[in-house]
Amino acid sequence: MSWIAALLASIGRAVLNALAALGRISIYSGQTIGHMARPPIYLKEIGSALLSVGYFSLPVVGLTAFFTGGALALQIYSGGARFNAEAVVPQIVAIGMVRELGPVLVGLMIAARVTSSIAAEIATMKVTEQIDALVTLSTHPMKYLTVPRVLAGLVMVPLLVGLGDIIGVFGGYIVGIKSLGFNSATYLHNTVNFIEARDIVSSLTKGAAFGFIATVMGCYYGMNTTRGAAGVGKATKGAVEAAAVLILAANFILTSIMFSI
Amino acid sequence: MIELSDVHKAFGPKKVLRGVNLKIEGGTSMVVIGGSGTGKSVLLKSVLGLIRPDSGTITLDGENVLTAERDAFLARFGMLFQGGALFDSLPVWQNVAFRLLRGSLKRPKAEAREIAIEKLRRVGLTPDVADLFPAELSGGMQKRVGLARAIAAEPEIIFFDEPTTGLDPIMSGVINDLIREIVVEMGATAMTITHDMTSVRAIADNVAMLHDGVIQWTGPVAEMDASGDPYLDQFIHGRAEGPIEAVR
Repeated sequence: MSWIAALLASIGRAVLNALAALGRISIYSGQTIGHMARPPIYLKEIGSALLSVGYFSLPVVGLTAFFTGGALALQIYSGGARFNAEAVVPQIVAIGMVRELGPVLVGLMIAARVTSSIAAEIATMKVTEQIDALVTLSTHPMKYLTVPRVLAGLVMVPLLVGLGDIIGVFGGYIVGIKSLGFNSATYLHNTVNFIEARDIVSSLTKGAAFGFIATVMGCYYGMNTTRGAAGVGKATKGAVEAAAVLILAANFILTSIMFSI
Repeated sequence: MIELSDVHKAFGPKKVLRGVNLKIEGGTSMVVIGGSGTGKSVLLKSVLGLIRPDSGTITLDGENVLTAERDAFLARFGMLFQGGALFDSLPVWQNVAFRLLRGSLKRPKAEAREIAIEKLRRVGLTPDVADLFPAELSGGMQKRVGLARAIAAEPEIIFFDEPTTGLDPIMSGVINDLIREIVVEMGATAMTITHDMTSVRAIADNVAMLHDGVIQWTGPVAEMDASGDPYLDQFIHGRAEGPIEAVR
């Protein structure tokens, strides 16, 4: 019986720790939003974060979306052939990219590229006392470091998702007309006619939510790192894991809400 | 005047400060000495409000540091961190002028740069260093830039955290002389933590020894060698035998 009690106790501890972490992250997110609404606003840092989160993520997001759109077209064509439905490739690629794959893939690429970079940078600043230095220089670390990055996530990730959707659909289009024998005009006509406004709204809303999650996780784990290089590594790993899991969970919740309306 | 009364701080089961009492008169240079891991940095960060003590009070000119208006309070301080703590992403001059480029002390950019270059010159660095990044500087130069940043806004109180750690003896001497000159020149109150006895003799008006979470001895630097305190004697002479255990 004692091993059952020990097992239950360890499960209970893990659940309590997870809930406590979720609570701390929620408080941190709330504080971030609170600081966004109050001056001072560091415009130079916001500009730099917009470039880092948005512009410099464009190549990786574009390539990921392009290849995924192309692969999706091939999969749908070969799968659809089993019940003579090859013709639906444009529609399924469009809806698949815009509703689901575009936001999720961009979110995960941002978690890999941006969350890790933010967490490592802030964690290094923490262990080298740069965060303490900011405080002694009368600068609030949350306003100077967190707010610009989270704002950049909220603004740039939806834009990246929109571009990713377009590039993904374009990838499917290239494969469709070059390899699968589709007529160019018909492919484009079927794609455009099938997409609804709410698909685009859903995609961009998910982008904003994923951008918020990815940047908040990077900042939170960076600010709460422990000492030394091992601490920085642990913070970076934890931030990416948490961002990826929360993005996928948020995707499920948002999809449930948006398409049950 | 900075006054600490019965300050306690623990991290989990480890009690670092166990009732620290210390007074630092305005315009004087206090050096806090003690072995590694005795809580010197915790003491200094508690005064700045970077660490919140578990109990006890810390006041600056009679005002509790935890309830003081933060911006006005911090504007009175400058601090040189042990590793410099320079911002990697900013060029040297923007590090030095950080406080002058934002917040209540904000100046026009050209003026802030001019002040930064003047402060760099004050710590013995040439203007061509201004546009370099911290990673391009040696350890000694980084300390000097950190010192220039600490004095850029001409604070009333300057804290120095292990100012000579990691430097060769000659560069340590240069930094010690600079600190002494600047503190005297500015008439600032200084608090330095170190375990470098050469620094102590170069910088201090008064010395306090922190051991086992309390101030073991405090007094003028001139009385340090004849204190008769066995802990202080062992520390300043670097002896392995004595009341302080060599392995902590």
